[in-house]
Amino acid sequence: MDPMDLAEALLLAPAGLDARRLAALVAEAAGPSVELADLYLEHSRQQAFHLEEGRVRSGSHAIASGFGVRAVAGEATGFAYGEEIGNATIGEAARTASTIAGHGASGAVALTRRTAPPLYPADDPIGSLADADKVRLLERVDRAARAVDPRVDQVVATIAASHEVVVVATHDGDLVADSRPLVRLSISVVARDGEARGRGSSGGGGRGPFDLFTGNLDPESLARAAARQAVINLEAVAAPAGTMEVVLGPGWPGILLHEAIGHGLEGDFNRKGTSAFAGRLGQRVAAPGVTVVDDGTLTGRRGSLTVDDEGSPPQETVLIDDGILAAYLQDRQNGRLMGQAPTGNGRRQSFAHLPIPRMTNTFMRPGETDPEEVLASVKDGLYAVQFSGGQVDITSGKFVFAASEAYRIRDGKIAEPVRDATLIGDGPDCLTKVTMVGNDLALDLGIGTCGKCGQSVPVGVGLPTVKLSALTVGGTAG
Amino acid sequence: MSPTPDAALAAAVEQLLAVAADAGADQAQAAAQSGRGLSVTVRLGKAERIEHRRGRSISLTVYVKGEAGMRTASCTTTDMSSAALAETAHQAVTLARLADDDPAAGLPEREALVERVDDLALAFPVQLDPQAALDEATACEAAAMAVDRRITNSEGATVSLNTGDVVLGNSLGLLVGYPASRKSVGCVVVAEGDGAKERDGWGSVARDPAAVEPPEAVGRIAGERTTRRLGGRQLTTRKAPVCFEHDVAATLLGHLAGGLSGTALYRRTSFLAGAIGETLFPPFVTVRDEGRRMSGLGSSPFDGEGVATRDRSLIDAGVVAGYLLDTYAGRKLDLPTTGNAGGPHNLFLRPGDDDLATLLRRMDTGLLVTDLMGQGVNLITGDYSRGAAGFWVEGGEIAFPIHEVTLAANLRDIFGRMVAVGSDLRFDSACCSPSVLIEEMTLAGS
Repeated sequence: MDPMDLAEALLLAPAGLDARRLAALVAEAAGPSVELADLYLEHSRQQAFHLEEGRVRSGSHAIASGFGVRAVAGEATGFAYGEEIGNATIGEAARTASTIAGHGASGAVALTRRTAPPLYPADDPIGSLADADKVRLLERVDRAARAVDPRVDQVVATIAASHEVVVVATHDGDLVADSRPLVRLSISVVARDGEARGRGSSGGGGRGPFDLFTGNLDPESLARAAARQAVINLEAVAAPAGTMEVVLGPGWPGILLHEAIGHGLEGDFNRKGTSAFAGRLGQRVAAPGVTVVDDGTLTGRRGSLTVDDEGSPPQETVLIDDGILAAYLQDRQNGRLMGQAPTGNGRRQSFAHLPIPRMTNTFMRPGETDPEEVLASVKDGLYAVQFSGGQVDITSGKFVFAASEAYRIRDGKIAEPVRDATLIGDGPDCLTKVTMVGNDLALDLGIGTCGKCGQSVPVGVGLPTVKLSALTVGGTAG
Repeated sequence: MSPTPDAALAAAVEQLLAVAADAGADQAQAAAQSGRGLSVTVRLGKAERIEHRRGRSISLTVYVKGEAGMRTASCTTTDMSSAALAETAHQAVTLARLADDDPAAGLPEREALVERVDDLALAFPVQLDPQAALDEATACEAAAMAVDRRITNSEGATVSLNTGDVVLGNSLGLLVGYPASRKSVGCVVVAEGDGAKERDGWGSVARDPAAVEPPEAVGRIAGERTTRRLGGRQLTTRKAPVCFEHDVAATLLGHLAGGLSGTALYRRTSFLAGAIGETLFPPFVTVRDEGRRMSGLGSSPFDGEGVATRDRSLIDAGVVAGYLLDTYAGRKLDLPTTGNAGGPHNLFLRPGDDDLATLLRRMDTGLLVTDLMGQGVNLITGDYSRGAAGFWVEGGEIAFPIHEVTLAANLRDIFGRMVAVGSDLRFDSACCSPSVLIEEMTLAGS
């Protein structure tokens, strides 16, 4: 189904709205000194089932719909939102938002419907698998995890699907809709052996129907991965403390890029000059051979968007080109203020949030080195393959990410597993210490969520095996 | 006088409970909220953002009898039309029938439900006036920028005002609600020195707009906190005493609450499983959870299930005295609910007599932590490893700023080796603490 047809049915027709009325409402927001005005309508639905202690404990369902209207004049933004979608409520909000730019008559707005090539099916994924089969899928996960080892004590799993239909109408004439499916399976396992406990987690998903859960997203494989990690962590010893060589495995450890450089390259922080990367375009921020991209155009990926939340098309943006800082991630306002084109990274959590520059799928391009060779080159270091999350101070550039599955490397070989430890580094400096890049680029399996300014959006990360010559590992052992 | 539930929300709650019964629910709970708000940001002296919000939603939890217990599901909607409420009830019952029978599922016992909704002074008149808010934000940021010439940039000062209502009802005949308000003022600025930049900020929040610290005072502290970070150095890896400044000390209480939460306990995923009666802290440590604190940011006369809240100790003179339980976790553990559906209310560590300067003199040499980063806390094992910034203390005096360091230990050791508690508690959050001194942790650096 065409996203605009879905939008008509779910958002416009029930509220008595059409393209002509939307144009008039955007014109209300677009006062005389307003450089950018838009209206965003959203209808979202999500459903989930939760399993714990071997039983499907509950189901949940949520529906939210609403509108947000904004007017931007220079660096100033007026914004109003609400849940009651209608000509009168949006009109009042549009007038409220436009006061940021002073009062006065505005020009007419004419909307032209624009379509974008879809990166995922438009259909609501909730109905793509019978509810009874979703429940059975969770039961399969529970059985597969418990079959790995008798020490598996607790399995908690959630299967969730959501569908978001959005419409963006802009003062400069774009009327565009998107229909965004998203499915996710999250699994968390705890293993117990006497007093020792180990945790493991895994999961996967993406933008599409439940058919995604085959191949490397097969529920049994994901369950076994979580259980295996939990059992390994039973044997984990104290992580080392200090600065050492660190090898990051492929896939999810790409969270390094997200924290170390991704946030620091978002346009808002650089326009304001509050990022550690501000004013550094064209400078070396990574070792030669390191190329990092943000790509919102990957088919079916969790971080992908057919259009961003300002109606801009997504793109592949090369952030770091062979070690040189090449671009920032821009939304419309910050791009305009910096004299740069939007990069399709204007995203918002919902109608109740303003769009800001956000990452989509951020990863490092592969090199040519065999990952075995990367490990073999380390005499004493850390090999981290799974992480539980990270954070960055974009002004000082300091960032952390917390390893949830990691091993000591001794004499080029993977040795004993170590307990959870935070890794800390300096964003603008960290990637200059990349000394080897593997040929095994992998993207994460599709469960990442990024938080910024109180807004959460789904994202993807990816990394080949890489070696950093020095990174501080926050364990307790010598 | 008891606050009265908002009439429109109460009508929606009653209607939703009625349609849930029609749809086949044996028990049901409905909760509705609505609110209005204004948030403005001023950056570098100019209005950067004026945001007007209006929100409402209603949620329903249903229980359907099975052979070996109740089956449950929850639904939420922002559409309060009759058609949407009927659809919500139908969805909830359909989903619940797919769940497994669960002997622990169901509404609270009737005796646990709140009998009288006391006025906890949670609602105050709030003026949603953009110009007044902009003036305050402007004054706040100006005060921050005026602190030091090295403050060269700003993320802005924000003033937020919110007012709203919550109403909760269930099929046992409960229908209660109250209004609440909140105002906050905060500011984040950037200082520059020797080619490095640092950010920090400060804020104040209260139910009563008149109780919020003056914007100029908030700005001044934001400026001072930012400037003092300039010139940060790394430490070499070592073991040392660590003093957690009040704000970051509160995060330790958050981890304690996570470990004492009913869900983690019955799942056996807490490092504090079975800890009741155990000595976890030294005897001078008492941790309270007070649901009924007057005008408390986390106060509420009843919890998320309509159970009366209480003021009580989680840690009493160092000993674990209570868990944080809702009805479900309570039944799983064979204990009564503690009125903590939704988590702790106002969680705080009772202050001691010594100010921060005295704590630092007592520490003599070690790290004063003022900022923490990341999620490196494993509540299953208690392993703690987080990024930190702060100040190196020598001879009881601040010597120089520290950055890019990690702190690690096990939470049990952090709690057990707490050697002093400060006097600098302020109720600026639903989880707050005075500064605390820990005997030793591992610091990893260069």
